[in-house]
Amino acid sequence: MRITQGCFSFLADLTDDQILTQVQYCLDKGWAVNLEFTDDPHPRNTYWEMWGLPMFDLQDAKGVLLELNACRKIYGDRYIRLSAFDSSHGWESVRISFIVNRPKNEDGFRLDRTEAQGRVQRYATRAYATDRPEGKRYE
Amino acid sequence: MSAGGEAKPGEPAKINLAGEFAQSGVGPVLQQLDDELIGLAPVKLRIREIAALLLVDRVRSKFGLSSQAPTLHMSFTGNPGTGKTTVAVRMAEILHRLGYVRRGHLVAVTRDDLVGQYIGHTAPKTKEVLKKAMGGVLFIDEAYYLYRQENERDYGQESIEILLQTMENNRDDLVVILAGYADKMDRFFHSNPGFRSRVAHHIDFPDYTDADLMAIGEKMLASLNYRLSPEATLTLAEYIPLRRAQPLFANARSIRNALDRARLRQANRLFAAGDQELTLGKLTTIEVEDIRQSRVFDQGSGA
Repeated sequence: MRITQGCFSFLADLTDDQILTQVQYCLDKGWAVNLEFTDDPHPRNTYWEMWGLPMFDLQDAKGVLLELNACRKIYGDRYIRLSAFDSSHGWESVRISFIVNRPKNEDGFRLDRTEAQGRVQRYATRAYATDRPEGKRYE
Repeated sequence: MSAGGEAKPGEPAKINLAGEFAQSGVGPVLQQLDDELIGLAPVKLRIREIAALLLVDRVRSKFGLSSQAPTLHMSFTGNPGTGKTTVAVRMAEILHRLGYVRRGHLVAVTRDDLVGQYIGHTAPKTKEVLKKAMGGVLFIDEAYYLYRQENERDYGQESIEILLQTMENNRDDLVVILAGYADKMDRFFHSNPGFRSRVAHHIDFPDYTDADLMAIGEKMLASLNYRLSPEATLTLAEYIPLRRAQPLFANARSIRNALDRARLRQANRLFAAGDQELTLGKLTTIEVEDIRQSRVFDQGSGA
């Protein structure tokens, strides 16, 4: 099942050129670009691992692509997300975020049903990937 | 040119080089370089040559002729205060106008910004700087300090390797300018053949003549809304050769410092004169005594 999170998620995966264009847009707006990665695709898992520090003071998107490629080299089998933080007063939050790398095989989610008191049903989704230990989920 | 006959449809048959030049917007930058920088004839000539090459290359690519992006990494050598940094800023502007760097900003660094203090610190630091310089010009001042011959475990070597790799792989993304004093740069290139072969343009900045320095001084003052009285002009002309003979002479920088001190003395003189009507002329004029009080004159006569 293809994970859809953040901007552009219903489009085909962005090519590097398209990523560069988006990043340049962010940099021109003065946002700091971050790279994050994870192998737990659950939608509630919002805090992904950061790849290095947020990239401040960049002028050109190519610098971000260098880092992205370095990140892909090591964590190419996981989800990598690119986000841009706007520090200007009143915003102070992430303005854009999109997935720039995903595993070859995305297993999808299992729906767990639990019987609770009475005839109440509790539901939970669990990624099949998380059945395996961290770091070995998308090998 | 006979290219007109062979042009395929869709390709321009003729391109006007002058028109292309005007369109690139590089003319005003070169003109500004000529107007604002005094002396430096060989440097200006070299920059014009580079600009011409880039322009012709651009026209060639319009005809569909192969034009590999030329290697533009440069080294600026010259004594202190000969305008290396100033020219580097202009260079970034020119390369940007010609479309060889995308942003045209200048990132000026020294060894401190590139080399770390402990194992594993250098690579991220250097990469950080390179990331910032992407799309622009990376100016490494006193580049020879990157390489410490006497200490083979110096982290500078690591920085050099990353720099070389990026200079090769990201040739379209950034231009590296190495700057420093001529003799030390020679030794640096000698012990790092990798750098020598990747740096295409070696530009030597000559020392300024006394007349050049005089003109530079007057230009500096004019930009600050000061002027020299006629006698002070003569005194400054006397000052320059004396200062040159002294140690630690740094060309235009020494002149700037001398004029800064003259401005201090002028302010002090106006202040000491006490209660009086100040005119615009008095406020903007630097007199003989403001320059004459310099230590340089004492040593000149005392020796």
